[in-house]
Parts: sequence; structure tokens; C-alpha cells
Amino acid sequence: MPKQPGGQRLRLPLEWLGILPFMIFAVLFLILPTMKIVIGAFQTADGSFTLQNLIDLNTDSIRSAYWTSLKLSFVTALLGCAIGFAMAAAVVFGGLPKGVRNPLVTFSGVASNFAGVPLAFAFIATLGPVGLVTVWLRTEFGINLRAMGFNLLSFWGLVITYLFFQIPLMILIIIPALDGLKREWREAAAVLGATGAQYWRMVALPILFPSLLGTFALLFANAFGAVATAFALTGPQLNIVPIKLFAQIRGDVLGNPNLGYALAFGMIVITALANFLYIWLRVRSERWLK
Amino acid sequence: MTRFFAWGAFLFGCLYFLLPLVGMTEFSLKMRRGEYSFDAYRRVFEDQRFWDTFSYSLILSAATIVVGVLLVVPTAYWVRLKLPQARPVIEFITLLPLVIPAIVIVFGYIRLYNTSSFLPLTGSALGTDILLTMGYTTLALPYMYRSVDTGLRTIDVTTLTEAAQSLGAGWITILARIILPNVMVAVLSGAFLTLAIVLGEFTMAALLNRPAFGPFMQLLGANRAYEPPALAVIAFAITWGCMGLMQLVTRFSKHERAKA
Repeated sequence: MPKQPGGQRLRLPLEWLGILPFMIFAVLFLILPTMKIVIGAFQTADGSFTLQNLIDLNTDSIRSAYWTSLKLSFVTALLGCAIGFAMAAAVVFGGLPKGVRNPLVTFSGVASNFAGVPLAFAFIATLGPVGLVTVWLRTEFGINLRAMGFNLLSFWGLVITYLFFQIPLMILIIIPALDGLKREWREAAAVLGATGAQYWRMVALPILFPSLLGTFALLFANAFGAVATAFALTGPQLNIVPIKLFAQIRGDVLGNPNLGYALAFGMIVITALANFLYIWLRVRSERWLK
Repeated sequence: MTRFFAWGAFLFGCLYFLLPLVGMTEFSLKMRRGEYSFDAYRRVFEDQRFWDTFSYSLILSAATIVVGVLLVVPTAYWVRLKLPQARPVIEFITLLPLVIPAIVIVFGYIRLYNTSSFLPLTGSALGTDILLTMGYTTLALPYMYRSVDTGLRTIDVTTLTEAAQSLGAGWITILARIILPNVMVAVLSGAFLTLAIVLGEFTMAALLNRPAFGPFMQLLGANRAYEPPALAVIAFAITWGCMGLMQLVTRFSKHERAKA
């Protein structure tokens, strides 16, 4: 709080009272609950300080849960960025009719919010054992997805399902960034003799890079914290961190409440890193977008 | 060449997005052997739990929207008017729900507000409902705050406030009759998004053991074959409806502004 001279000083605390309700809400329902988890991760059952919980995370089962979660988030974020970018670029530069752009944006708004339990149902009805595509491929072309090793309730099944909300999120964020690429830059590059590929490699992509990487980080965090889709798709047995934490909160499956705190703490650390990367990069990229 | 790749990428994406929608719709109609019928939908609508959980979630989303508006509009207004130096702090807080996964927040609630704590909210059904509403408010906070703050940017907060004050209006009058109507579009668009988020939410309701729509869908999915895709179609229609209403109010306001 900046100090102000004389009579101003008495009024200052009163002005801060205006945001008091919001602050009380934030402390009670956002900050204290999180602190409880963070502090609990460094406590023993009787409340003394320890690092044992974090060390105990290093078991085969928990390590593989984190590894699968990281892999899942990484792969869906990468594919989500690549496919979302391709679709957004197709609509913005690809010479597609103008009429497809607004429907695509609207649909992306819907699809990025169509996550969770119903999304899992949609994919079971499509790629599940008796789903539309599975049956169609089998009866029309004799392709048996199951025999080829595809299973919706597996890692790649989850990847395909997660992409349904990852790609639209990418489209929503990257279209404004693509609009920010000024026509003059392309013309200037062309005047200097650059080919289309050179323009993309040396002008457009370096400008877009913070946006791309930032959105990647956001998609990563988005996938890492998702519970409902995976739970509805595979039930409690799939070994990823959010599902493991869900089971731990319901029934202390790890047999140690403080280990549960440590598990949740690990999630906070990972999503926080990803999000701060996103926010930092977004601030950098906004320089170019007016 | 570019056009070829553009169409390729676009059509590939459309195929990927359309197939699950077609799949769930087709599957939901297949309950009667050999022909398409709406039997699955009838089953869903005949299920009392559908109406109970759906209305429960509807009430909770209304409560969430009310709490969210009461919390966000005065705060965003006050920050713009008197406390610009608090903006980074407030913005940071409103972004926190995107940083901390919902499952971690609700884990904290369960441990912090249990029956032996200073505020034993999980001890009673009403207390848990309040806690769940607060949880949903945090989930909606980033969208609600950003929407309202953008809305406030388009009006001259200081002049409006001074004009109202010189006519003798108090703070509550200013907020309810000057500021709120002026940011109504932003509030509504935040409200519809909140509705879409709360109606389908699963994690918080399931872990707090409340009979909401999300856990009901999950339960049905674990036990039935044809009703889940029917529910998915219904949920998709609801999401689409919420987003449609959001666009509608935004477009409506643009026309208003163009005329002015």
C-alpha cells in the first residue's frame, strides 16, 4: 500500500474495506483450503513437520500415475495445439468461405465446455465395443479395432476423448492471435523476396511462438486437472493422478491421509508451473496483438 | 495447394467433431431392437432421479450466479473506481481457480470444514449445499470476473458515480440501479457460462456427496446402456443452449451500441 501524505492516510483503509467481502470469500474458499493441502503435505499425522510424505510419493504406483498423467497431458496438449492450429489457420488464411468461421468459433465455445461425464458417453457410443464407428468399420470393411489393439478405455482412448475439448480451446485462443498477424508483415516479407515457407518460419512463427507455447501450457494444465471425463470413461481403476486422488479422498486408499495431501500438492505444483508459464507468455505475446 | 491443405485440415476436424455427436445420437435412439425410437429418452424423463438431480443442480447454479454477481460486480466496480492499485491482486486471485484443480479445492474444503472444525459446513445438508455453492462460485470466478470487468471498461464508471452521487444516490442505489444495468450483458454472459459449468459439474458434487446432475449421469453411465447417450445428447443441447444465449445477449448489445 503506497503511503500518502496527511489527511489522505485516514481514508485509505476505508477504501480497502470495499473489497473486503471478496477478500473474505477468497481466503475462506480458495486460499485457506489450498493452504490446508500444502501444509498437510509437510506434516505427520500428529502435526509435526516432515518431508516423509513427499518422499513416500516415490512408490511404483504413484510414480506411474504421475508419469501417465504427465504423458496424457503432454500428448493431448501437443495434438490439441497442432490440430487446433491447423484448423484455425485453415479458417483464417486458407481461403475457406467466410461463412465457416463464425460457426466454427461458436462450436468451439460449446465443445470446449462439453467436457466431463457426457463427453465420455459420447465416445463410448462412438468408439466403444459396440459404438457407431467400431461396428461400421467391422461390418463394412472387416476392420476389427479391438483385435488391432485399440481400446477406448486405455491411454490412447483417453487421448482421443480429451482432444474433443482440447482442440476447441486451442481454436478459441489462437484465432485472435492469427488475426493479429498483420497483412503488412506478409507483404513486407514478400517484397524482400521471402517464400511462403520462409515467411512462416522467420516471421509468423516467431511472433506466434509465445501464444503457441502459452496455449500449450494451458491445455496441459487443463488435461492434468480433469477428473470427470476419465472417471466416467474408465471408472476408478485407471492409474492417473486425479483419479487416484479422487479414490483417496473417498476412501483413503493410500492408507495415509497426509500422503493424500502430498499427492494433491504435487498436482498443484504441476498445474501452477504450467499456468504461470501460460500467463507469462501471454503477457509477452500481447505486445504484438495491439 | 494451401487451399487443399486448408480444406483437408478443416474437414478432418469436422469429421472428428461430428462423429461422436452422430454416434451418441444414433446410439441413444437404438434402445428398441431393429428400429429407431425415443425409448431411451422416455426412460430418462420417467426417472424421478433425473428431475430431482436436475432441479437440484439448477437451483445450485442459480445460487452460484447470485453469489457470483453479488461478489464480483461490487468488487470489480470498486477496483475500477477507487482501488486501481488492488487490480493485480484481485486479478491474480480470480485466476487461481484455473491454477488449482477443482479436485484439490474440494479436497481442501472436506478437510477444512469437517464436523470438528471452526466452521462445520459438511456436518449438515444445508451447510454442504452452501459449501458446494461457494465451490462453484470459485470455479466460475475467472469467467465471471473477466466478463464483468470487460463490461465495466466500456462505461465511464467515475462520471456515472459522480452524477448519481450529486443526485443523492447511496452506494447500493448506484450499484443496483446504475452500474448493474450497464453491465447487464456482461453479467448475463457470465451467468450462462456459469450455468453450463455448474449443470454438468461432477467432481465437487460427487466428493461432497450431494445429489447433483453430474454424479447422477455418472451413476447411470455405470449401470445402463442406452440412457447415457440420451443424457449426453440432452447435456450437449443444454451446453449449446447456454452458449447460444450467451452469444445472443452479446449480439443484442452490439446492435444497441451501434444504434446509440
